[in-house]
Amino acid sequence: MDLTRRTFLKLTGGTLAAATVANLGFVKRRAYAQGPGELRIRAARETTSICPYCGVGCGHIVHASGGKVINIEGDPEHPVNEGSLCSKGSALFQVANNEKRLTKVMYRAPHSTKWETKTWDRALTKIAANMKKTRDETFVEKDASGRVVNRNEGTACLGGAALDNEECYLYSKFARTLGVVYLEHQARI
Amino acid sequence: MTNHWIDIRNSDCIMIIGSNAAENHPISFRWVTKAMENGATLISVDPRFTRTSSKADIYAPLRSGTDIAFTGGIINHCLSNKLYNEEYVLNYTNAAHLVNPQYGFKDGLFTGFDPKKMTYDKSTWQYQMDDKGFPKRDPTLKDPNCALNLMKAHYSRYTPDMVAKVTGCPKEKFLEVANAYCATGARDKVGTIMYAMGTTQHTHGTQNVRSYAVLQLLLGNIGLAGGGINALRGESNVQGSTDHCLLFHIIPGYLGTPQADHVDLKTYLDKRTPKSNDPNSVNYWKNLPKFMVSLLKAFYGDGAAKNNDFGYSYLPKIEGNYSHIALFEKMYEGGIKGLFILGQNPAVGGPNSRMEKKAMENLDWLVAADLWETETANFWQGPEVTDPKKVKTEVFLLPAAGSVEKEGSITNSGRWAQWRYKAVNPPGDAMDDLYILNGVFTRLRALYKKEGGKFAEPILNCAWNYGEHPDPHAVAKEINGYDHGTGKLLVNFTKLADDGTTSSGNWLYSGSYTEDGNMMARRGKEDPTGIGLYPNWTWCWPVNRRIIYNRASCDTKGNPWSPKRAVIKWNGSEWVGDVPDYGKTVPPEKGVGAFIMKPEGFARLFGMGLADGPFPEHYEPLESPVNNLLSKQEKNPVIVVWGCAMDCVGDAKDYPIVATTYRLTEHWQAGAMTRSLPWLVELMPDMFVEMSPSLAKAKGIKHGDIVKVISARGEIQAYALVTKRFKPFNLNGKMVEEIGMPWHYGYSGICCGSTANDLTPNVGDANTMIPEFKAFLCDVQKA
Repeated sequence: MDLTRRTFLKLTGGTLAAATVANLGFVKRRAYAQGPGELRIRAARETTSICPYCGVGCGHIVHASGGKVINIEGDPEHPVNEGSLCSKGSALFQVANNEKRLTKVMYRAPHSTKWETKTWDRALTKIAANMKKTRDETFVEKDASGRVVNRNEGTACLGGAALDNEECYLYSKFARTLGVVYLEHQARI
Repeated sequence: MTNHWIDIRNSDCIMIIGSNAAENHPISFRWVTKAMENGATLISVDPRFTRTSSKADIYAPLRSGTDIAFTGGIINHCLSNKLYNEEYVLNYTNAAHLVNPQYGFKDGLFTGFDPKKMTYDKSTWQYQMDDKGFPKRDPTLKDPNCALNLMKAHYSRYTPDMVAKVTGCPKEKFLEVANAYCATGARDKVGTIMYAMGTTQHTHGTQNVRSYAVLQLLLGNIGLAGGGINALRGESNVQGSTDHCLLFHIIPGYLGTPQADHVDLKTYLDKRTPKSNDPNSVNYWKNLPKFMVSLLKAFYGDGAAKNNDFGYSYLPKIEGNYSHIALFEKMYEGGIKGLFILGQNPAVGGPNSRMEKKAMENLDWLVAADLWETETANFWQGPEVTDPKKVKTEVFLLPAAGSVEKEGSITNSGRWAQWRYKAVNPPGDAMDDLYILNGVFTRLRALYKKEGGKFAEPILNCAWNYGEHPDPHAVAKEINGYDHGTGKLLVNFTKLADDGTTSSGNWLYSGSYTEDGNMMARRGKEDPTGIGLYPNWTWCWPVNRRIIYNRASCDTKGNPWSPKRAVIKWNGSEWVGDVPDYGKTVPPEKGVGAFIMKPEGFARLFGMGLADGPFPEHYEPLESPVNNLLSKQEKNPVIVVWGCAMDCVGDAKDYPIVATTYRLTEHWQAGAMTRSLPWLVELMPDMFVEMSPSLAKAKGIKHGDIVKVISARGEIQAYALVTKRFKPFNLNGKMVEEIGMPWHYGYSGICCGSTANDLTPNVGDANTMIPEFKAFLCDVQKA
């Protein structure tokens, strides 16, 4: 096919518009890829996932190759989204491939003006020491009326709505076992 | 959600109120659209003409903070025109239950208010009991003290004229909504209500939700396909994180956190387990002892035995409030020494966020695990910190794993727990949160073993044996629970025991991972009912019941109110369809109460449980431009205002404009997961404030100008977006403007902007302490 610049633009514009409509999820029509060479995802490993943004729980298909995510798209088998995604769900590829992602354990010493990097072991060991010190210093075994309350009042825990269930459960077990009562997360706000 | 996303397609009328689903839950709109294609009516009620409103058949504006005036008006319309489903209301709600004759309501206050303590004594908000200990009922509905008649009297003040004066919604528009929605009171019609944070983030947010639930009960819409009351959850697993109770007042499975006066397990169970004398009431919470003991066994294993009260003393006992606002108030006073955060950004997402950032300067240490450097992690170098050298806090910023970099389940709004797989390793040194929790806990335990310390027993006896890196499957199985006699995974929570022979980390999730495998990973597409339940797709709590309260989807004889979308039905020998609410073979003639979670078996039009009254009553927000027209009581009488030096409250004299906040499709929550994504940043690059052309004209502001938005808490800058989506409200003759702005922005990431929460008040709902983000006062000026 002999493409001039003008027909090329027309074609890609048309494809783009179709893709946009399809993404809104109102059109259920199989798309046939027509392109030179092999599909980028042909040899990729395919796994399913669920979108990490809102609570609709749309299905994702993730293609990975060479230890990298090379494509993420809506899962057409998923009964809620049937392949469609919103702009955030469509952009998840840029969470998996993003130069701004944290890749090191960062540490800021008291009164310091900068971040430095640490190993996991150094950081986790110091965090545990800090948590023990705070717990031992602020622990309330009995309240004013003499009732046993066993509260770690100087420590607060936040977060969880973006974690997996298994992580949430373990976080709850972790905090309760340490006696933390200031345990809160996004559901409260 | 009582129902689920696909089920929206089964509705005849969808009222979206306190939510902009088209913008914030875009894929939910596939199902709204399908319902509309089948002839459903869409109603959008919102202060702003939103993307949702643009698709609606009826758009009704209302001033932020006046939901109860609006829904109270619909309830009045429904009752006074007898548009309710009488058989449903009589048999499934407490409409006929007789209330204590001492109960009353006057001048905006219910009986039992203590002005010194600012709380209610609820002893008059109770049923009259007969000599067998059953609540008294009058099935003729003639007794003036039956709940339905008390409700009629209560809402008789909520006339269409009153609704218009309070909310600013034109009377004709209100009546159009009331007529369209109340049409679902017909036997074979069904309507659904979709709501989100526009409903909950108010000082009367819980009562806003209750007013919707009451309306749905009157119209006979709970339990049916295409009905229910549906909270649209904003985060991918905020349903699961709530089920696992990362909240001070509940422990996994919505069990109440032990209080200081629950001195031992027996006292806790005696005080917490509801009793019912009625053999026809399932009273499901009677099983609390089984749930609690099994939870303690999951937490403490062999350390939980009969002779030590199953480790009950290991759990902290609360007295008072430890919610988000209380937590930051305590931190501001210097009472919190360390803050441990797994994926939350309160420096942007918290109320009065300037105060929250200031409070963090009092911390000795902060741990924050996230995918990006957030405003919370780097608060010590934020724009309001003049000298980071003066900030003492030791900060650990831990690189976490994203959704495709770990394995585990998340639960959507429809209660579906869905498994996701790991596609790749996290980047660099990043690790998942199971690793982080395990790494800290095992080191802490080693320290307590070596050095001793305060009350080390729970830490030393905790059943925490996950090796170097916890396996999510092992944790999921622990949540599901085991029979310790056989060593096998439990089939579901009906097998739980209160004698220590079973364990389950969360009874609601029992059945999610059984000897038959990981139910949350299932991908079966069968739809035997044809109404989109997909019972073999992943797994949903409780016991894979896709629509809860489904007994109420049938009339008293067991026939579906709407046969074409039957959820369950009685076939003469058993209930078929969805997993039924109670016994598969218990016949309808037995008359077992439909609402199994209530001791009396009836849903409550008249409710005893909330802090601020048995009926939802309209009060003005903490900051309001007008006086309450419905009573002398201006604000919700039982709200708590902490009042530290940074908790200022504004007055309409200085701040005459109502303000609200909202979200955008292209950004998410406090921005950490979107403001560093170039595609999304390009689509929505800047902070803006929407205002009406009339307000812009009065203030000399043009579209695109940079403006200052000022509240009693602070001042921010944003681009003016002048739009007819906002219009001034006519409130009993006084014209009041409203503005709105997104709350996603902060100073980190590749797109930055002012934080809207620098303006919002530090005051919470009377029941939940959810902050009043959605209605406060401000002023706008050209910058």
